[in-house]
Amino acid sequence: MTLLSFNDVDLSFSRYDGLLTAREIPILKRISFSLKCGEVVALIGASGGGKSLIAHALFGILPPNALIRGDIRFDGQRVDDGSRPSLLGRRMALVPQSISHLDPLARCFQQLRWAARRAGLRVNDAALVAMLTHFGLDARAAQAFPHQLSGGMARRMLMAIATVGNPDLIVADEPTSGLDDDNAAIVLSKLKSMADAGKGVLLITHSLATALAYADSVCLVRQGRVEGVERAEAFEGCGQGLSSDYARALWHALPQNGFRVTGDA
Amino acid sequence: MVELEQRHSLEPLVLPRMGNRIWTLAAALSGIVLILLIPVASALMGQAGIAPDFAARLLPPDWAHWFGTDQMGHDLLARTIKGLRTSLLVGLLASCCSVLIATVLALVATAGGRWADALVSLLVDATIGLPHLVLLILICFALGGGPVAVTVAVALTHWPRLTRILRAEVLQIRQADYVVSARHFGKSWVAITFTHILPQILPQMLVGLVLMFPHAILHEASLTFLGFGLDPTRPAIGVMLSDSMRYLTAGKWWLGLFPGLCLLLLVLSFDAVGNGVRLILNPRTSQT
Amino acid sequence: MLEAQNICFRYRAKSPVLDSVDLAVHPGEIIGLTGPSGAGKSTLGRILAGHYQPASGRILVDGIFHPPGFNPVQYLHQSPVFAVDPRWTIGRIISEAWQPDETLRQAFGVSPAWFDRYPHEISGGELQRVALLRAFAPQTRYLIADEISAQLDPLTQAQIWSVLLKQAESRRLGVLVISHDMPLLRRVAQRIVTI
Repeated sequence: MTLLSFNDVDLSFSRYDGLLTAREIPILKRISFSLKCGEVVALIGASGGGKSLIAHALFGILPPNALIRGDIRFDGQRVDDGSRPSLLGRRMALVPQSISHLDPLARCFQQLRWAARRAGLRVNDAALVAMLTHFGLDARAAQAFPHQLSGGMARRMLMAIATVGNPDLIVADEPTSGLDDDNAAIVLSKLKSMADAGKGVLLITHSLATALAYADSVCLVRQGRVEGVERAEAFEGCGQGLSSDYARALWHALPQNGFRVTGDA
Repeated sequence: MVELEQRHSLEPLVLPRMGNRIWTLAAALSGIVLILLIPVASALMGQAGIAPDFAARLLPPDWAHWFGTDQMGHDLLARTIKGLRTSLLVGLLASCCSVLIATVLALVATAGGRWADALVSLLVDATIGLPHLVLLILICFALGGGPVAVTVAVALTHWPRLTRILRAEVLQIRQADYVVSARHFGKSWVAITFTHILPQILPQMLVGLVLMFPHAILHEASLTFLGFGLDPTRPAIGVMLSDSMRYLTAGKWWLGLFPGLCLLLLVLSFDAVGNGVRLILNPRTSQT
Repeated sequence: MLEAQNICFRYRAKSPVLDSVDLAVHPGEIIGLTGPSGAGKSTLGRILAGHYQPASGRILVDGIFHPPGFNPVQYLHQSPVFAVDPRWTIGRIISEAWQPDETLRQAFGVSPAWFDRYPHEISGGELQRVALLRAFAPQTRYLIADEISAQLDPLTQAQIWSVLLKQAESRRLGVLVISHDMPLLRRVAQRIVTI
């Protein structure tokens, strides 16, 4: 079942040239992809290429001068300002990039409680503690302030808070940035296990190698366009199973493969 | 671009909020026009409002004298405009000096090491800590009154707030990676100050200047009102307001009302201009 | 030779980040530096480049302390966008360090069309090339490349490194490559140091 689909979504920013004349600067062009339940889809692209904006568009947190066209559907329902409030936190959740998205003055457990209440849940503390344990977080982590957590723990805390409402779709924006390999592996396998439990996971990352290890399919974004959607298994050998030249060029450019400079970019 | 235009039929999911950009800019523009009108009108009026006309003393507003006349038979409209022009001049000079002082102190505080920073902080705290008006009166009195004394007094009392803002800003810029890079390309701090730091804080300085203006003008008027500022024979808003006190009880309401309203209008104009400048120069609001 | 001798470093009131670290980079040598996050890789890089003063120990550049003026040890950032003045054009940004000739500009794939644009108007990969070209001034003898390709796609990463390695070799620059990406280090470095 298709959980999330982007159909020809354009995104541009309006910038003022003069005092009153605005110019439209296209950022994303005709973004189309879809995601099914039980699947991890990775959005891959260079930093600053607008991948995160795809998530921001979905969650309605774009800056005010952004202009978006096209159709975003969640579970068959059009996502817009009207339908979004009933979806956020309850049916879809965003795991943000950094600890700065937590309230620095409140203990983590309190923030988890708030998130549960925002999602309209009536859960007792025991259930929340169980949930933290599930993410490998103990009582000390629960009572800590955000800045007292290590990078890996903070990322798991963000995931716990985002998924407390038991959403169907989890969007993780660069969940491994700043983490060493061990912690990154913990976070990513957590995401993978959520997909195995029937959720949809959208993984936004700049690292092809990371994505390939955990994703089912990979959506390659370059200069605001989708350059190809590939199955993760197709990235093997000489890349003969890949459908786009760009995907093949990326595959060969990985240091663990050829580290070869091919293609036009 | 072309492609986007063709797809306008699709209903946008999110409309960009246009904000109050148009209103803010329109207000700023009217502010500028009003402010510029003052020196122009003042020049066009020549001697009106300065030469006394004892045949027309204390006339209420009518078509010949829109704002009425005062106890010496001066046309109040002309006198108000002349007074505002003086205020503008004093305000401009004093604000420029204040911004200059603030900038220099901010640079000294950030570049001069721990002692310089402590000294500047002490100066800022001391100046903010003293009652504003007392300090103004003290300086003005010590310098013997008159336009120069007022300008100096206002200039010497309005820099602390901006100094604080600029100091924080400069500190941040000095830590920025591009400044560190420039250092390691062998650039001196003096060169970096002129090429990286000053251009970066210029918007802050400009907004600071414009928003300091109304303060300067109001303080000039208060000093003059209290009798420590400009001398009473010259047209000045403060003089006019203090003169009007004696006639208010006699029902001569126009003597205080119109000059006071005009002063308020001028202050509001500067506020509007300041908001406009801030809207355009602040990267966070410039696109909304 | 760029030498770190017995370097110790701590941030205020914290346990030391670096404790008696020794490292040497010879001209023409490319050394990989890796380690878990928080181990002080970047800190060591910045100390070597003279950005931070170590609590104890010393840095010698070809036998002497960091001289004033143009630093022969240039530091390259993970995000070049922070290392350039956002209000400057690309042309001015490059010329702040030196005036590269036509051949070198082409070798780095820096287009003259960018010269009157601002940093946010070109892509991250393009800006990283600009930062590289800027750091390749004649006085530069060592480069500290701190995760310079971590945020780029594999293709751009391969391009950047192919240019950098070729130019560093022809100039016999010593390069310290800081990265957590082991496959990358195995590709580019002659020797890998773990802290």
